[in-house]
Amino acid sequence: MLVSLTGALESGLLYALMALGVFITFRILDFPDLTVDGSFTTGGAIAAVMTISGVSPWIALLCAFLGGALAGLCTGLLHTKGKINGLLSGIIMMIALYSINLRILGKPNVSLRNADNIFNGIDPIIAGLLFAIIIKVGLDWFFKTDLGMSLRGTGDNNRMIRSFGANTDRTIIIGVSLSNALVAGSGALIAFSSNAANATMGVGIIVAGLASVIIGEAIFGAKTIFRATMAIVLGAIIYRLIYAIALRVGWLDASDMKLITSIIIIGALIIPTARKAMKSKAVAKRRTEEVMNSIHGINGGDR
Amino acid sequence: MLKVESVSKLFNPGTVDEKIALMNAELHLKKGDFVTVIGSNGAGKSTLMNLISGVMKPDAGNISIDGNNVTLVPEHKRSQWIGRVFQDPMAGTAPRMTIEENMAIAYKRGLARGFSLGVTGKTRKIFREELHRLGIGLENRMGAKVGLLSGGERQALSLLMATFTRPQILLLDEHTAALDPARAELVTTLTEAIVRELNLTTLMVTHNMEQAIRLGNRLIMMDKGRIILQVDEDRKKDLTVERLLGEFEQISGKKMADDRVVLG
Repeated sequence: MLVSLTGALESGLLYALMALGVFITFRILDFPDLTVDGSFTTGGAIAAVMTISGVSPWIALLCAFLGGALAGLCTGLLHTKGKINGLLSGIIMMIALYSINLRILGKPNVSLRNADNIFNGIDPIIAGLLFAIIIKVGLDWFFKTDLGMSLRGTGDNNRMIRSFGANTDRTIIIGVSLSNALVAGSGALIAFSSNAANATMGVGIIVAGLASVIIGEAIFGAKTIFRATMAIVLGAIIYRLIYAIALRVGWLDASDMKLITSIIIIGALIIPTARKAMKSKAVAKRRTEEVMNSIHGINGGDR
Repeated sequence: MLKVESVSKLFNPGTVDEKIALMNAELHLKKGDFVTVIGSNGAGKSTLMNLISGVMKPDAGNISIDGNNVTLVPEHKRSQWIGRVFQDPMAGTAPRMTIEENMAIAYKRGLARGFSLGVTGKTRKIFREELHRLGIGLENRMGAKVGLLSGGERQALSLLMATFTRPQILLLDEHTAALDPARAELVTTLTEAIVRELNLTTLMVTHNMEQAIRLGNRLIMMDKGRIILQVDEDRKKDLTVERLLGEFEQISGKKMADDRVVLG
């Protein structure tokens, strides 16, 4: 049990980068980007293949980030310049990346067992914690800069931000590229920690990312950017813990996890909305009674 | 300052729904002019605003600001010269960002947005002073999310954000129409004060006839995509609602038809 829990903590920290990437598109930009299923694998593939060919794993990791950014750039261009629907742009790139990833890998599965690794001589949990903190703090800072705020404004009210001279095509492209860079970086870290990269490692990753975002926000809140990024890192860890625990349930297979994730997301999306509706109904009822009473009270005084 | 020269715009050209949105509009604003725009439903008032701000591109004609031909300049680039306040109080601010962050976005109008922090000790001081001028206490709530403000407060903030960087042109598109009378009055008073103090060249669409006559130094009336009447500075001084309605009937041959028009 303990082994699987530390394993969950480790992968949670490494997946946190991916969850932060999903947060940038879904929450900050309000752009439902599905490129991540492809770009996660792209990151893993670039890192694995470069490392095997003898390049320093750190440079390979850097190239993974850049490869993801390039994938995001394509999605952003399809959406803003090609005027293709956002969801569709992401799906198109996701499918295109499947072929590209196989080209990069050369075969469906690449092992890193005999190659150099960034986690040689450093505990993956500590390394993961450092990565997560650096990226989290970096994003907190970025979203307070003029450029970062124009990205937030794009997702919040794009008509307004255009009227103040921000180019929303540009902010969307920057945001989607940054998001996919983080996702691909996360894919590379997962490839290093699992000593392998394969063509299907990114399948369904968008759902895991969304689940991390939603779980984190639901438990820890997202009032400020600082709170939100922290909540998402913790959400990613909690998601992996749930995953680890679910795997220990006898009658569940690892392949059932995507179904469970979907159910978690559905629940997390429906419950707050339903609770909000119930609450506002209760407030409306109470206020109506109060107003009625106060009117009756005045009338009563007149009589 | 602003020149609109024989500008035309068709909606849905070549289809059965084709409609003349604006036909041969001719409008020249000098620096410091404050022009109110009135007209019935579908007269082309909002189209005129959208063409000037670059939300739409004209099918014919030219628009120039301060001597620069901006006819084909995209909206976000044109924004460096133009401040805008929309009718919808939700449209001019970002609700999930704080008051000071919204001010920081407005502060960078037309400038490159890079990696420097938007809200610093220095800019916060500027924002506080500016917000203080609104006189509604927003300077004490600078860290609050704009989504928590009332419609009137948001519209006052929108007005400040649109003007405090002193754009060459201010476009107000029925910016008090969605507010209750007391708040509309507040925003109108603020508009008057800000426009006068900063000497902004202003174009204001309104449904309130009395307001259209009271505010500004010039008035134009639109109908069916045409500017049918231009009242200059001298004649505007002794204009009344009755005379304005009379003029409208005389020119267009019908009564002013607008379910929202307020005679004042």
